[in-house]
Amino acid sequence: MSTISLKRNLSRSRLFKENFFRVLVSLSIFFALGFILFVVFILFLQSRGALNLDLFRNFPSARPANAGIQSAIFGSIWVVGIAALVAVPIGIVAAIFLEEFINPNNRIAKIIDLNVRNLAGVPAVVFGMVGLAFIARGSLGWGFTVGTAALVLAMMILPVVIIVSRESIRAVPSSLRDGSLALGATQWQTVWRTVMPSALPSIATGAILSVSRAMGESAPLLLLGALAFVTYNPESLDSDYTILPLIIFRYASDAKEEFHAIAAATSLVLMAILFLMNLTAILIRDRSQRKA
Amino acid sequence: MGSGAVFSVVVTFLIIFSLIPTTIRFLQEVGTKVFGTSWGPLFEPATFGLLPLIIGTMWVVIIAVIVAVPLGLAAAIYMSEYAAPTTRRIVKPVVEVLAGIPTVVLGLFGLYFVNPELVQKYWPIGEPTAYTALGAGLVTGILILPIVATISDDAMRSVPGGLREAAFALGSTRSEVATKVVVGASLSGIMAAVILAVSRAFGETTVALMVAGSYAQLTLNPGDAMQTMASFIGFAGIGDQPVDSTGYRTIFFVGSMLFTITWILNIIALKVIKRFREVYE
Amino acid sequence: MNTENPSGVRINPATARASQEIRAAVPPQKKSNATNTNHAIFSLNDVSVSYGDFIAVSKVNMEIPSHSITAFIGPSGCGKSTLIRSLNRTNDLIPGAKVGGKIMYEGIDLYASDSDAVEVRRRIGMVFQKPNPFPKSIYDNVAFGPRVNYRQSKSELDGIVESSLKSAALWDEVKNRLKESALGLSGGQQQRLCIARSLAVNPDVILMDEPCSALDPIATMKIEDLMIELAEKYTIVIVTHNMQQASRVASYTAFFSTEVNPDNDRRTGQLVEFDDTRNIFLNPTDPRTEAYVTGRVG
Repeated sequence: MSTISLKRNLSRSRLFKENFFRVLVSLSIFFALGFILFVVFILFLQSRGALNLDLFRNFPSARPANAGIQSAIFGSIWVVGIAALVAVPIGIVAAIFLEEFINPNNRIAKIIDLNVRNLAGVPAVVFGMVGLAFIARGSLGWGFTVGTAALVLAMMILPVVIIVSRESIRAVPSSLRDGSLALGATQWQTVWRTVMPSALPSIATGAILSVSRAMGESAPLLLLGALAFVTYNPESLDSDYTILPLIIFRYASDAKEEFHAIAAATSLVLMAILFLMNLTAILIRDRSQRKA
Repeated sequence: MGSGAVFSVVVTFLIIFSLIPTTIRFLQEVGTKVFGTSWGPLFEPATFGLLPLIIGTMWVVIIAVIVAVPLGLAAAIYMSEYAAPTTRRIVKPVVEVLAGIPTVVLGLFGLYFVNPELVQKYWPIGEPTAYTALGAGLVTGILILPIVATISDDAMRSVPGGLREAAFALGSTRSEVATKVVVGASLSGIMAAVILAVSRAFGETTVALMVAGSYAQLTLNPGDAMQTMASFIGFAGIGDQPVDSTGYRTIFFVGSMLFTITWILNIIALKVIKRFREVYE
Repeated sequence: MNTENPSGVRINPATARASQEIRAAVPPQKKSNATNTNHAIFSLNDVSVSYGDFIAVSKVNMEIPSHSITAFIGPSGCGKSTLIRSLNRTNDLIPGAKVGGKIMYEGIDLYASDSDAVEVRRRIGMVFQKPNPFPKSIYDNVAFGPRVNYRQSKSELDGIVESSLKSAALWDEVKNRLKESALGLSGGQQQRLCIARSLAVNPDVILMDEPCSALDPIATMKIEDLMIELAEKYTIVIVTHNMQQASRVASYTAFFSTEVNPDNDRRTGQLVEFDDTRNIFLNPTDPRTEAYVTGRVG
């Protein structure tokens, strides 16, 4: 009865553009997923039998059959662990200070904020150079040791910890703070008893992600002796050391093909460790968001 | 307690103080030789022409951008404009996992797969060897893709829904709303994403070292091995250069160039982001 | 002083005066344009709209006449906005939104599987509560719809932009600054720009979701005059919180209210009464309608 129609009335070119575009953008996600799976697949292929417990039991050796990564595992634990112990508390405390106790319009506060954000974007290798100039050599003269490595990594992840913690604290609604202050609590009590518990899951997520980033870093410690051939686990801050990313680098660059398999296997181990850490962080974030 | 905050300022000063004096000493010693065309500061006789390093860096960065920007933007548009909330909750972690792959593993991928199976087999110009700038560029591109994707996605999601509703109400298709309204409205955020990604590509050491090699040759063919500023620092830093030797000073000179470039790019990006946030808040 | 009312409840004198103003303002029955038969352009049969398991509005039956202004009035939360958005499938954009029953437009089911939402929205345009011009120039805002939908030469486009802006009573104010950003206009001008933008694609219907609630009284007046003018060529459906506005511009009015669902204590919107505007305000049938328009409730 009516002369109009509501059927699709797109010109050929519009319809084509719409479908083509839709396919294109979906493909990009498939590419990302496919790439991850493909990398894991290639690594499995290349690791040809090197993925076994001997990998963890053995130390680096000139003979591929006896080579393992134990010193690198413990080296990573030492270096990243100490870096986290230094950077995370300082970062959180600095974030509390900057968010709760300083007027944001203060000129100095703005400069510090800009500074921290810029530091988060500095290439990792530059931190290695600073470590080389002032910590390994120069004023501190600690040499190529666990202590040097830990301090350099701490410098590197500190800005990120500060930024993430600040955002977590900022996300706590001011009504919570106001309520606590209205009951007569001091500002410090408010922060400690009200703001921090609320911001904690988010801060924890950020901290874990920062630490996992430190675990995967290779460039800065390249300059600080982590590529050395170390066949024992660290015993003190003064020990020589190596770390997982750099033992991968060492084995991958070796002329002997057999070492390449170990490099691939270690890559899978490293990725598994990082995946678990990130998964933990995401679960914490999800669980706290669901509660909210 | 404020010490933590001050610590970060201290770090910045340390960076600058480590770089500047050594750079000055380097320039005093080397001067105009940096305008040469041969880079071999660790050889005898040492040459200091920066051109090969600059070209090597540019090739890797440009190829990385060509890979990362279209793919990253497409992923961002998908996450922001097309994905249902449940789909998005699955897709976003995929991008985060991609971002979490360690650079050394990506370098391995470039060395074991991209160079031998892709570049060496299919690149028509010259004779690609086990190390190519093209391979390094491709892998670095995938490395920086998540930066483009997540920051662009954030920018697009902060475009008010009212603009989309208005465009739909005029009879637009979803792709038209995405490309003609949302992208335009979030353009400065997207630009900031690209600038940050470029800065990251400049600074990437491990991938360039493992995939593009350490041969600083002056060539225009990306299928050749090249050295970038960052990979030179990595390469030179492996050997323990005596403090204040020529090699040591060269490392710091190239380091200050790298630092300056990335610092400037980051400041520009942060300013763009700030202005973008002001518009939409 | 108490105004006469059947149930003997005391009425607040201020609202009583306001409602008397409304009754005085209702103009004589508007006759439709003789050359366009005033037929039912929308036919709603048992329509309900829900988001997930929340039913926003249910069991709506009404016929909306063409070439006139129909107003949806009622207290907050009664589903007027939800309903008007389902008239051009804007609700499709919200995940989990579902429409039950049938909405017929010129005899065709809006939600049939072969009805294309893009075509629906081209024919049934919408203006929103908060003016939302694109961050582009005035010209590009109005030209957006035609550029996307049709292919035309530059001079044709110029003509469309000019006539749309004239129809929206904005041309004289902006004709010398078409290339300037639309964001530099005042609120009232931006809303008229949004109307011009909708007109540019030559729709049959313009839906308006509280178009004046973000504007000052003078801007509101201009837009109300515009609406009455536009009703000669287009069908207009508006949602409004402002009863006086409904009585000033609308020929037909639909009054909605909420009902508490005994099962889950949630409120669902309902169409209470739909009639000529005069009848709704001067002679309502349902006591809930009377309570609302006389100011006792809402």
